[in-house]
Amino acid sequence: MSERFVTRGFVGKRQDAGTAANRIPPGQHLVKDFPVLSAGPTPRTDLRRWSFRIEGLVKEPAQWTWDEFGKLPAQEFVKDISCVTKWTKLDTRWRGVSADVLLEHVELDGRARFVVAFSDGGYTTNLPLPDVINGQAFVAYEYDGKPLAPEHGGPARLVVPHLYFWKSAKWVRGLRLIERDEPGFWESLGYNNHGDPWKEERYSGD
Amino acid sequence: MKRTLEWQIATVKAIRQETANVKTLTLALLKWVPHRPGQHYDIRLTAEDGYSAQRSYSIGSEPERHGEIDITVEPIRDGEVSPFLDDVVVVGDRFEVRGPIGGYFVWEASDGGPLLLVAGGSGIVPLMAMARHRAAVGATVPARLLYSSRSFDDIIYRADLDALANRDGLQVFHTLTRSQPEGWQGFARRIDDRMVAEVNKPFGPKAQVFICGPTALVETAADAAEAAGVAAERIKTERFGPTGA
Ligand SMILES: Cc1cc2nc3c(=O)[nH]c(=O)nc-3n(C[C@H](O)[C@H](O)[C@H](O)COP(=O)(O)OP(=O)(O)OC[C@H]3O[C@@H](n4cnc5c(N)ncnc54)[C@H](O)[C@@H]3O)c2cc1C
Repeated sequence: MSERFVTRGFVGKRQDAGTAANRIPPGQHLVKDFPVLSAGPTPRTDLRRWSFRIEGLVKEPAQWTWDEFGKLPAQEFVKDISCVTKWTKLDTRWRGVSADVLLEHVELDGRARFVVAFSDGGYTTNLPLPDVINGQAFVAYEYDGKPLAPEHGGPARLVVPHLYFWKSAKWVRGLRLIERDEPGFWESLGYNNHGDPWKEERYSGD
Repeated sequence: MKRTLEWQIATVKAIRQETANVKTLTLALLKWVPHRPGQHYDIRLTAEDGYSAQRSYSIGSEPERHGEIDITVEPIRDGEVSPFLDDVVVVGDRFEVRGPIGGYFVWEASDGGPLLLVAGGSGIVPLMAMARHRAAVGATVPARLLYSSRSFDDIIYRADLDALANRDGLQVFHTLTRSQPEGWQGFARRIDDRMVAEVNKPFGPKAQVFICGPTALVETAADAAEAAGVAAERIKTERFGPTGA
């Protein structure tokens, strides 16, 4: 690590000392509550009109209604999450469908290398395909045993716990497979294209 | 924007008490660059043993003020960074910062209006940068601010807001949620649909809306602005408190 500039009189709380310390990425601190951050009003989608789609570089797009989505094989996931605004929350408990399960329903075109998640309200975020597969991403509709609240992204949000949480698109409605990377919403507004908390990839150029 | 955001050392140039609880720190920056009103800086504090903590603070000053920025800190009880900035820091102290950061919750005079600003507590900070910028460039964009505070004495930037209202035609509407001084003429309840509709009335669906504050306030005000006919794309929000509660 580079030479650090010591701040006069600063000791810090070290709330993250102890066993959990190795689970807290650099520059992050632990929270117990679940802060809410989003760029605009919370969309509220009628479940009767909700659908989830996989499209783009696939042989045939796949689409599910809310009821159909609820019947897909679901799993419980317990994960640590980190937001670029500096908070980390340990052992968050979700229920949802693994992206691997969703992708089994389509035949990927060999050119597909990136994924754009798209949401109600027009939000998008981009991810390399290797960050989405092998149990690393899922679409969650329950948090802590309850239906996911709208301000936390309900009815369903993408959860990609190994990247900063803006990649975990709230109100997600589908995944689009593409060949060439396209920056999403925050990625076009100065935030890092990849967003690995362990490498502190917060902003463009980090 | 491919520029890498470098850490630099800020020197505390002045400290001003805004309310009994809240202080503004003026930070002198050698590598100052103009920000867009609404943006923030990250602050990194480092202990002797290398332990460090980072937090974000909105810029309260206008970009027309060169070489320095204001941040305004509301200390959170038992917090790690805000009580330090509030209690320990004195003029002449130095710490690391990097910024300006954030490209969405921003308004510049060239973006036009009319402008509806809605703030709760320290959520006023980024909106103040917008209001000060509007005044500094002499913009005539119609602008209204609806600002929720607990009590009269908790109103951050009170005198500055009065001055902006008198000189530059920013219309300021206060609501005091916990206690009101005798003869109080303003609103006296939490922000609700009716209040947002009333303040936004002359703007209608044309308003460009910026809302900043605790989650519950932001949710209510954003829903209310939509109910008043403003399209979701014209409503920008920023939250820096904990979950609503
Ligand atoms: C983009 C952005 C801009 C911000 N701008 C400002 C600003 O202009 N002025 C400002 O004062 N703060 C601002 N904040 C908040 C700031 O970054 C810190 O989160 C805040 O100062 C608390 O940090 P702390 O280290 O003192 O407390 P921590 O040690 O981080 O927190 C202590 C406990 O308090 C809880 N908590 C956190 N925030 C609040 C709150 N608001 N009310 C009650 N409990 C809380 C936490 O969940 C935690 O449990 C901003 C945050 C963001 C993301």
